[in-house]
Amino acid sequence: MRSGSVDALPRPGQTWAGWRRAAGTLWGVLQHDRFAFAGICIYALFVLIALSGDIFAQLVYGARPALTVGFVAAFFVALIGTSVGIIAGYYGGWLDAVLMRLADVAFGIPYLPFVIVLVAFLGPSLWNIVLTMALLLWKDTARVVRAQVLTLRERGFVEAARVLGSSPRRLMLVHLAPNVLPIALLYGSLAVGWAILTEASVSFLGFGDPARISWGYMLQDAYISQALSGGAYNWFIPPGVCIMLVVMAGYFISRGYEELLFPRLRRR
Amino acid sequence: MARPGPMTRAPAEAAAANGPLVAAEAVQKYFPLRRGLFARRAPGEYLRGVDGVSFAIPRGSSLGIAGESGCGKTTLARLLLRLITPTAGRILFEGVDLSTLDGPALLAFRRRAQLMVQNPYEAINPRFTMEQALAEPLVIHGIGTREDRLDRVIAALAQVNLRPADAFLDKYPHQLSGGQLQRVGLARALMVDPIFLAADEPVSMLDVSVRAGVLNLMKAIARARHLTTMYISHDLSLVRYVCETTMIMYLGTVAELGPTEAVLASPKHPYTQLLLAAAPVPDPGRPLPEITAPEQVPTPIGPGIGCPFQDRCPQVMPVCRTVPPPLVFVGPKHEAACHLYGPH
Repeated sequence: MRSGSVDALPRPGQTWAGWRRAAGTLWGVLQHDRFAFAGICIYALFVLIALSGDIFAQLVYGARPALTVGFVAAFFVALIGTSVGIIAGYYGGWLDAVLMRLADVAFGIPYLPFVIVLVAFLGPSLWNIVLTMALLLWKDTARVVRAQVLTLRERGFVEAARVLGSSPRRLMLVHLAPNVLPIALLYGSLAVGWAILTEASVSFLGFGDPARISWGYMLQDAYISQALSGGAYNWFIPPGVCIMLVVMAGYFISRGYEELLFPRLRRR
Repeated sequence: MARPGPMTRAPAEAAAANGPLVAAEAVQKYFPLRRGLFARRAPGEYLRGVDGVSFAIPRGSSLGIAGESGCGKTTLARLLLRLITPTAGRILFEGVDLSTLDGPALLAFRRRAQLMVQNPYEAINPRFTMEQALAEPLVIHGIGTREDRLDRVIAALAQVNLRPADAFLDKYPHQLSGGQLQRVGLARALMVDPIFLAADEPVSMLDVSVRAGVLNLMKAIARARHLTTMYISHDLSLVRYVCETTMIMYLGTVAELGPTEAVLASPKHPYTQLLLAAAPVPDPGRPLPEITAPEQVPTPIGPGIGCPFQDRCPQVMPVCRTVPPPLVFVGPKHEAACHLYGPH
């Protein structure tokens, strides 16, 4: 599959004269018969799809693991990070110290060696990679959320809620959580992209699920096939664009959700 | 509005029903200073936030606490509402020591003592509509049914002159002005039908033009509901306007305590005299008063020796350097902590 797709690609350097000839003919056709030109264009599109058929198929199938890893890992990263951040920020004291030292430990563990060890024990699978992300990548979210909670905690409405008899659980869930949600969502949407890329590099090192093709796998595949120097743009641009679009979608969803939750941003 | 309190009272304390609603007995709050890794602080050093304050607020009356920033006014309010517990001394609410409360008794206390926070722009969760903000106390305390709560919220809004009340239900805090928000803050405090209301600088963040409106409203509501109130302010004219009793604080201690008219018309403590002299008089023809005291407030860190006001006092005596002045009577119900009036 790998070598076949590279050979099937039109290489600009090899067929430059042919391209120019074809362009000249096309120009002639366009001037005389627009319908024929349209037909040629449609035919060319089909040829392009046929030529890169396996890339297209990989792209479609690759969406599955990429989205699964991206969203599941991002969900757990945001969930764990936000919970740890709110609890550490609200309670302070020894609990804060313990949780933040734990985050420091997570900062200190290099990600890839950790995955290698874990996969060696648990076996290579998509879910083990998600597990490693959930275990290690919550640290940034936790830190930022904690900092946010530290400032929110001193605000008047938290004091007023305590005077009204809010339980700590209510304070954290009803008063603090909605106010740190935008930042948690932002970090969650960033984690989507980070998770997809991380899954790619893990796959590249051979610790991914060998039975699944993901966008990251495609990128690594193109990379080791030297698709970039070969000019095989249609091989590595589509997965790259897809990753970008998914990350952007995640970001826009979080922005839209924030607007829904934080009415001051709503345009009237 | 004398309802049977849901608060569980020991039989011996039932007699306190006729005593003052709130009583502070030699209340101290020391904040320990965290020792940094390289900070050159002696171990166990602390900041004296509130240092041995005693007073009582009779039922239905209002106490004004005035003093410059950092003198412990807000700390005292947080102590009275049991947001923090005193290092030493006791605070009695209806005769019950606040530091002994927990669980259901604490929740019952929360229904009886309420706070209006200083900054109206921060008083309400920015994610809450006015309806949610005002219904929250009802939800916490399980007051009313789901349908009934909306009526109560509307009534509460109307009570603080936010009319038409329906128009405010779906508004978020950023859509309201400071004066409106402070009214909502008042309405929320009143949702649980408290008997004690503390207001921490209730109008300091508001425009001068709406201050009187909020103050008059608070005064009227307090009278109508027989609320016992405590106002904290650095503005003596506010205290004069709304409070029967005035307490002047300096560096965590009581400098002077007495009926507002007596304290402000014939101040006895040199600090009160200084405060009154510093308050501007709205008369452009009158020259600004000459204030001779140094502006630097001594640090509240570490143990204090003698009178806390000694470094700024124009009438300082040798005894002030060594002995902290006790509160002595200088008039009917009027006390001042100054050696000028003591036996020395």
